[in-house]
Amino acid sequence: MTIEAATRNKLIFQLAEVLPENFLLTTKEELRPYECDGLAAYKRLPVAVALPDSIEQVQQIVKICSQLQVPVVARGAGTGLSAGALPHEGGIVLGLSRFNKIVSIDSENLTAVVQPGVRNLAISEAASPYGLYYAPDPSSQLACSIGGNVAENSGGVHSLKYGQTVHNVMQVKIVTIDGELITLGSETLDTPGYDLLALITGSEGMLGIIVEIVVKLLPKAESVKVLMASFDSIEDAGHAVAAIIADGIIPAGLELMDKAAIHAAEDFVHANYPLDVAAILLCELDGDDIQLAEQVEKVDTLLKEKKAVAVEIADSPEEQARLWAGRKAAFSAAGRISADYYCMDGTIPRKQIAYVLKRITELSEKYGLRVVNVFHAGDGNLHPLILYDAGIEGELETTEKFGGDILELCVEVGGTITGEHGVGYEKIDQMCVQFNDAELTQFFAVKRAFDADSLLNPGKAIPTLHRCAELGGMHVHNGELPHPELPRF
Amino acid sequence: MKAELSTSLLNPADYEVAADALSSCVHCGMCNATCPTYQLLGEENDGPRGRIYLIKQVLEGNPVTNATRKHLDRCLTCRNCETTCPAGVPYAKLLDIGRNIVEQKAERSLKEKATRKLLRTVLPYKNRFTPLLAIGRVFKPILPAQIKSKIPRNVAKGKLPITEHTRRMLVLDGCVQPALSPDINTATARVLHKLGISLITQKKAGCCGAVSQHLSAEDEALVFMKKNIDAWWPEIESGVEAIVMTASGCGAMVKDYAHLLRNDSDYAEKAKKVSELCKDISEIIVNEDLSKLSITGKEKISWHPPCTLQHGQKIKGVVERILTTCGYELLPVIDQHLCCGSAGTYSILQPEISKQLQSNKISNLQQNNPNMIVTGNIGCQTHLQEISDVPVIHWIHLLDK
Repeated sequence: MTIEAATRNKLIFQLAEVLPENFLLTTKEELRPYECDGLAAYKRLPVAVALPDSIEQVQQIVKICSQLQVPVVARGAGTGLSAGALPHEGGIVLGLSRFNKIVSIDSENLTAVVQPGVRNLAISEAASPYGLYYAPDPSSQLACSIGGNVAENSGGVHSLKYGQTVHNVMQVKIVTIDGELITLGSETLDTPGYDLLALITGSEGMLGIIVEIVVKLLPKAESVKVLMASFDSIEDAGHAVAAIIADGIIPAGLELMDKAAIHAAEDFVHANYPLDVAAILLCELDGDDIQLAEQVEKVDTLLKEKKAVAVEIADSPEEQARLWAGRKAAFSAAGRISADYYCMDGTIPRKQIAYVLKRITELSEKYGLRVVNVFHAGDGNLHPLILYDAGIEGELETTEKFGGDILELCVEVGGTITGEHGVGYEKIDQMCVQFNDAELTQFFAVKRAFDADSLLNPGKAIPTLHRCAELGGMHVHNGELPHPELPRF
Repeated sequence: MKAELSTSLLNPADYEVAADALSSCVHCGMCNATCPTYQLLGEENDGPRGRIYLIKQVLEGNPVTNATRKHLDRCLTCRNCETTCPAGVPYAKLLDIGRNIVEQKAERSLKEKATRKLLRTVLPYKNRFTPLLAIGRVFKPILPAQIKSKIPRNVAKGKLPITEHTRRMLVLDGCVQPALSPDINTATARVLHKLGISLITQKKAGCCGAVSQHLSAEDEALVFMKKNIDAWWPEIESGVEAIVMTASGCGAMVKDYAHLLRNDSDYAEKAKKVSELCKDISEIIVNEDLSKLSITGKEKISWHPPCTLQHGQKIKGVVERILTTCGYELLPVIDQHLCCGSAGTYSILQPEISKQLQSNKISNLQQNNPNMIVTGNIGCQTHLQEISDVPVIHWIHLLDK
């Protein structure tokens, strides 16, 4: 869907009336850098980019778009990996990067009021003098913004113990498609009525524009230890993860990196990772000193029982930071070994990790594309990075097929297609595998309740039944056509 | 990241550099987080990832206007993004290529051209800049505020030691530093003398070429580079141990000679040798026996690491180690990775952004009430001194007591 010239002119004229100079981009030259987010495989040029710095401006922009029936795609730091901020050809990008103030930190109630463009790590840095931090820490936490975290319900290394974004947000203010400012949630733990805050979290910019957030802050743990265990096979590392969780231990973080990930990250961070092993597990344990000593001993024993060839314990904060820095840089560091990567985000039951990793290796051979595995093992949230070169004809398409197979494998073993990155545009087809048409119809009913004309980030996260039907035409299993009741196009 | 570069725009050497840079970028956006202009302006086009994208479009043969040039002009070339980038994208090299092409494709106004030409005609020449600065000092009271603030007080050069050590090192006098702060190199000579090293200069060597290079006048820069190499070569052949830089901006540039002259059949080998021998003064001092200096520092210091030192030359923690070993107390400074806004000629060409960075930097540096601020680059030093309440000096003076 593109925009008619008359609508475009009206749109730009009206936006220019409410926005100062330098707050509105309309030339192809300046729009192109906004044509994709952190997943550069998908690109679309928007009609305009609006960069407001006040809630009033956001309201005015949304009202104009609503009146002219122009789609609005919200964008934070543009670091998302599911093309959630992929623009709409007939719509605008509403960039929230200028909402970058930490409004207040309440060290007595352990909360912070932040604007959506504030970087995730900046919250913990600002809270640090009070001995506090914000727990969900995506690997891109240096750059990704909290508004995007809420929109995607992001997780991170510490989500295993401390939850994802949804568990760490108290309240949000959103601008609705009518331009109304509403507050969801409250500064107490429960609110009367439906939990709309939970609904907004992870709604991928499809229900409203997030303009302010109250996050929970946690006191820093008394002591922290990070164990690094090396394995001669990635399946062994997978078994070790299942064993730790099954033993009732909940580490603050439990991450797995395979050989390729270790090498790429080591090249950048120089964390002293072992380079000759098949996989490492990084296990962070925290708590008071006595409790911690017991846990460290227990985990150390478990790891060795599960064939860890070496276990090292990092005591100092510097050493620990170095080990985590490599893990957090691993995705981007893949740029050192490949022109492009395609990051998957499936989540599976922990006991299936070893099996799924084995199947991914087989698929890698089948498609002739390399895979790097670096992921939140503790919560079963896989991140296979498929390495490809978009410059080679057809390689992106092969990659997409490979990725689709991985996600369907996740569903097959009882998992889901996304753990924290959101569905966005990237995984929209796999939603047809995850949900049946009755479920998708209900999702649309929710969407319509907030946004009747489907102007907020349309075409993302929830596939239309027709889209699934089309896809079903290509994906015939055992001669059965999915959604036989729908007309084919 | 996929790019279809136009072969007609790029010579083979640049093509290789640009193709490598673009293919290693995965568009993750980590770089924006530490980019001073992205933080201030909140615009993708004003961060490294956006600029890489703009350059990609240019190199793919798309039309270019002043808009692209404006965003590339706003880049400080602080290279903070290179430190942050996990994929190791050689951003500054790509930027140089992009800027040169944009300079030709999107013509500047006559006023802009004249300003840039004037900077290139005055700054790199010691014999032009020094008298102009002297005149400026005389007329300082009646000059416009913007120029007035850029003229520092006069400092005496100080005495050079008479030395005949077997260990010999060259030092670059440079272009603006001898006029703005002639005491830096004499202090360096005295410190090295105590450590058993003779510091020698070569009068024929001059500007390192950075001013021209960063104003997209590459050919002019090459002339400066070759002149320096020719001036130093006899000393190099006679066995000098190092070429010492007391301004990290020059150091970053001279270390880049090997890359910039790699395809010059006459100079490639020599340039490689020069870049290898080039050392920031901190790299020399840190390996010496500091007890010979018998310094017991008492002052509380705020250290400002220049971008050309921490990001350009990737030297971190070295000056800090030297100063704490000598007893100085280094105060914590937040956002130490960010540029002060000096950035060569940036403070003159982009005064608004530069002033915001300057004021943020000074408030961070002064937060814990230091006795003084020390740094390692003449540009940062004069820029910070403009609005600092305490003295801003080169750190080498702290070892010269």
